[in-house]
Amino acid sequence: MISGFDFDVLWRSLPYLFRDGMSFTLMLTALSALGGLVLGTLLALMRLSNMKVLGAIATGYVNLMRSLPLVLVIFWFYFLVPYLGQIITGSERPMVVGAFSSALITFTLFEAAYFSEIMRAGIQSIPKGQVSAGYALGLTYRQVTSYIVLPQALRNMLPVILTQTIVLFQDTSLVYVLSITDFLGAASKVAQRDGRLIEMYLFAALVYFVISFAASRLVRALQAKTAIIR
Amino acid sequence: MSYHWNWGIFWEMSPEATGTYLDMLLSGLRWTIATALLAWAVALVFGSIVGVMRTLPGRIVGILASAYVEFFRNIPLLVQLFLWYFVLPELLPKAAGMWLKQLPNAPFWTGAVGVGLYMSARIAEQLRAGIKSLPRGQAMAGMALGLTPFQTYRYVLLPMAYRIIMPPLTSEALNTVKNTSVALTIGLMELTARARAMQEFSFQVFEAFTAATILYLLLNAVVVFGMRRLEKSIAVPGYIAGK
Repeated sequence: MISGFDFDVLWRSLPYLFRDGMSFTLMLTALSALGGLVLGTLLALMRLSNMKVLGAIATGYVNLMRSLPLVLVIFWFYFLVPYLGQIITGSERPMVVGAFSSALITFTLFEAAYFSEIMRAGIQSIPKGQVSAGYALGLTYRQVTSYIVLPQALRNMLPVILTQTIVLFQDTSLVYVLSITDFLGAASKVAQRDGRLIEMYLFAALVYFVISFAASRLVRALQAKTAIIR
Repeated sequence: MSYHWNWGIFWEMSPEATGTYLDMLLSGLRWTIATALLAWAVALVFGSIVGVMRTLPGRIVGILASAYVEFFRNIPLLVQLFLWYFVLPELLPKAAGMWLKQLPNAPFWTGAVGVGLYMSARIAEQLRAGIKSLPRGQAMAGMALGLTPFQTYRYVLLPMAYRIIMPPLTSEALNTVKNTSVALTIGLMELTARARAMQEFSFQVFEAFTAATILYLLLNAVVVFGMRRLEKSIAVPGYIAGK
């Protein structure tokens, strides 16, 4: 079968695969990692705050998101976001949301649950004395959180956050279920158009593998470099 | 234009005419459970073998095992399923490829084994961590008593290692259940696929997805409950887990 392997189809579709597909995948990964991290940090702060209601809301949200399959969540938001947009803007009909925005909202909200657990662990790893010392110096909650707690929590958790981002990079391939042209979507469209399933799917697997493997090696190197000797 | 709720939809006949929409979702749930069970079995068997291999002293064995883990961890599950479903039958000798393609319920077998292999890499890592967390004196003591390496693992290391990794194994079991939904892309009619089909037939999007959500939450609860029970019943007295 290898004798019939068609490298030409790969060569011809490279610009399409990377310029349309991979740029979508990388953009979606980067933006939803950032959004997820910000929202996740807020959720973690809510969970650790003294206000019971906020904590309960955050806990419920995180547990719900973490018990559902990503595919189901993608479908949920794909249909829900237009109606939410309608409610928020108060317009007459459901809002038209593009493929990229829909995917971005979904992944941000979904990943926030996972990032929140990471940030919660990071925040809890800070000795309590530091927070007390901050208050004793007359800093407010806001100042203690943004100058003392979060910078250290982020630094301690950076390898885990980046590892989760690699997982997210792989998970973005699931937008395939909405027929969106991410990297896998592009590969699969070429595969079906030219009848070259073997070449395209093997190539897609290879590209995902190389990127994820290289990234996880980098994270490991970074981890060794930034680890604080205790 | 606003959404028309119709919670009675579950008791209406589905266009497949084999039952109500509720029956349709429940049949999806059964496929999800069956796929998850088979995948979990595959994951435990392969994960245990590879996890043990990663702790053995042999160099080649260790390299093979870590190559296995890296392969399954760095390719998205969806792409892996495509490889098993679309690519593998073409690369095999003709007769074997035909047999694979004509297998009854091919999406089920491919999905379950695919998800299982994907999860096995994670279980291997957990088990390796579990074995490594045991004091090295335990393995040495086993050897000193004249046990073979196989016996050392079988009677000394593994019984404790599995108990230690019960909490992460519980979340991997939940992940297995969730990951079976990816198999809808190769045509497995599991719960998410059924909810999606119900939405397409009836246009009652939110009722369909709400029902699927509740069913997943119930399934999660059952898995957590079962794993906790198991964890309690096998706990060794004298350890924190064993009271």
